[in-house]
Amino acid sequence: MMARPISAPAGQPAGKAVAAPSSLPERSLLPADRWSVREVAFWIIPPLCYFAFPGYLMLGSQILIAGLFALSLDLIMGYAGIVSLGHAAFFGTGAYTAGLLASHGWSEPLSGLLLGSAAAAVVSLPVSLLVVRGQDLGRLIVTLGIGMLFFEAANKAAMITVGVDGLSGMEVGRLFGLFAFDLVGRTAYLYSFSVLFLLFLACRRLVHSPFGLSLRGIKESGKRMASLGVPVQRRLTTIFIISAALAGAAGALLAQTTQFVGLDSLSFSRSAELLIMLVLGGTGRLYGALIGATLFLLAQDVLASLDPVYWQFWLGLMLVVVVLYARGGVLGGFELLALRLRRGR
Amino acid sequence: MLGSCLGVLFDGVAYGSLLFLISVGLSVTMGLMNFVNLAHGAFAMLGGYLCVALMSRVGMPFLWTLPVVFLAVAVIGAALERTLYRRLYKANHLDQVLFSIGLTFMAVAAATYVWGPNQQPVRLPDFLRGQMHVGGVDLGVYRLFLVGLVILITLSLHLLMTKTRFGAHIRASVDNQAAAAGLGIHVDKVFVLTFALGTGLAGVGGAVGIDVLGLDPTFPIKYMVYFLLVVAIGGAGSIKGSVLAALVLGIFDVAGKYYVPEIGAFIIYGLMLVLLVFFPSGLYGKKA
Repeated sequence: MMARPISAPAGQPAGKAVAAPSSLPERSLLPADRWSVREVAFWIIPPLCYFAFPGYLMLGSQILIAGLFALSLDLIMGYAGIVSLGHAAFFGTGAYTAGLLASHGWSEPLSGLLLGSAAAAVVSLPVSLLVVRGQDLGRLIVTLGIGMLFFEAANKAAMITVGVDGLSGMEVGRLFGLFAFDLVGRTAYLYSFSVLFLLFLACRRLVHSPFGLSLRGIKESGKRMASLGVPVQRRLTTIFIISAALAGAAGALLAQTTQFVGLDSLSFSRSAELLIMLVLGGTGRLYGALIGATLFLLAQDVLASLDPVYWQFWLGLMLVVVVLYARGGVLGGFELLALRLRRGR
Repeated sequence: MLGSCLGVLFDGVAYGSLLFLISVGLSVTMGLMNFVNLAHGAFAMLGGYLCVALMSRVGMPFLWTLPVVFLAVAVIGAALERTLYRRLYKANHLDQVLFSIGLTFMAVAAATYVWGPNQQPVRLPDFLRGQMHVGGVDLGVYRLFLVGLVILITLSLHLLMTKTRFGAHIRASVDNQAAAAGLGIHVDKVFVLTFALGTGLAGVGGAVGIDVLGLDPTFPIKYMVYFLLVVAIGGAGSIKGSVLAALVLGIFDVAGKYYVPEIGAFIIYGLMLVLLVFFPSGLYGKKA
């Protein structure tokens, strides 16, 4: 149903079977941003779920938020080829900014969201300079180290962040002065959905723009793009900051809708889970991020309620299996299937 | 003042040598196979748990457990290399990272299941405990033992790498895999032996490190960044670089936590940034 190949694969480091047809696009890549029926159908599902599962709206908004967070990683990883092991740093920055604002009397949610996102973008600027100039291994370590650094900083600054206990007791005001955040999560769900949808539109526009195309080029070969006159470093810095701002918005959303911010929003497992969601759904497709986040959180909801320790084991196993047997994730798998069918095999 | 300074320096050296012992295998696998193995810490953890289990369940003396731990972890490492790791040598770094994070999660969960989430205590033998008074400085006997052990292992590694045929095979394969294979070196065999050696050493490091680093299921994640830093700063594939990087990291970390405990944990990250800005491919990096 919804999980069909939706947009063109963004230059996957292709598996053998996919490589031949998709690496040679017959049509221009640029005007590929017309909405297909499948995409429209995809976006009708979340509002339907609002009416179909009124008891699961909190889980639903968690999924939407995780989807936004995964989307932010997809921009740098799927499109620009920067693997980050510490993206939770920006998520947590957004969450703590929004949370601290709300607990100190700044209760207006939309401005809190904007400020959370802006804070993440600001802190990502110096980080991006380091990340962009490094090579693969250097990038991994810098992002991992930055993630740990932020976690440690929030842990040490217990005066402000309340350390391991987590920040709670915040008051989030009415949305537009009208809609209060209720316990069932109706407002939270619709709020998260609207933010996700608007930011998704922006991302979709971005990756189909010449800018987005140049990012794919950089992912394929940074050297060639540089010799074509593309300012590689500046492009990567830009997308890194945009991605951090999105991650910050996701964090701020989570803080506002759950009215709690824990240290775990900055933890390594948060960054690792994010990677898993994205890989599960398929990188470089935008929709992969959303589908991966949905599958991940649904699986977590079922499996983790059995036993959190086992859950981590299954998580690891899932990751190993995806890497060994299902590269490209769910969407990649469907694409392969569609390709085989078309070939008439 | 000078005394405490020397004491801190000594502790830093002991800590650094431990980091070296665990990370050297990672450095060689990264240089040789170009494999980013984030699960390396899991082998060290396994070594630690084996050591504790052998001592408490079988009643084996501490020093005797070390060779057993080395062999056991090396065999497990070789088995994993043959079955899983080798499939991903040609994969990109993202896949390797994801795969090894997956292994790490499984190891953490398995360790929690078998041994529980708490810190494991280790009973050191009496002759390794207490303090020794050398030239006006109190030195922990166990740390002296650590430094001595690591010097011994480093020297044997050095001899292995420079004086034996196997060492020449490793060096040739690190420098240029295709040419080495063309000269009739069984690169495959070199890979599995090196991987086993590296994981075995990590296992020993985990076992002797219980007293210094602690041992609980989150060990592989907690120290992942340290091991990676040793490799990144030392330069992948370079033993000399790893020694230097591990000592620098160890000394700065211990000194930071001793003199400025409020910001102690940040010293290491600051150092990481400075070193990576000035030496993007490591102190002794070969590959650009």
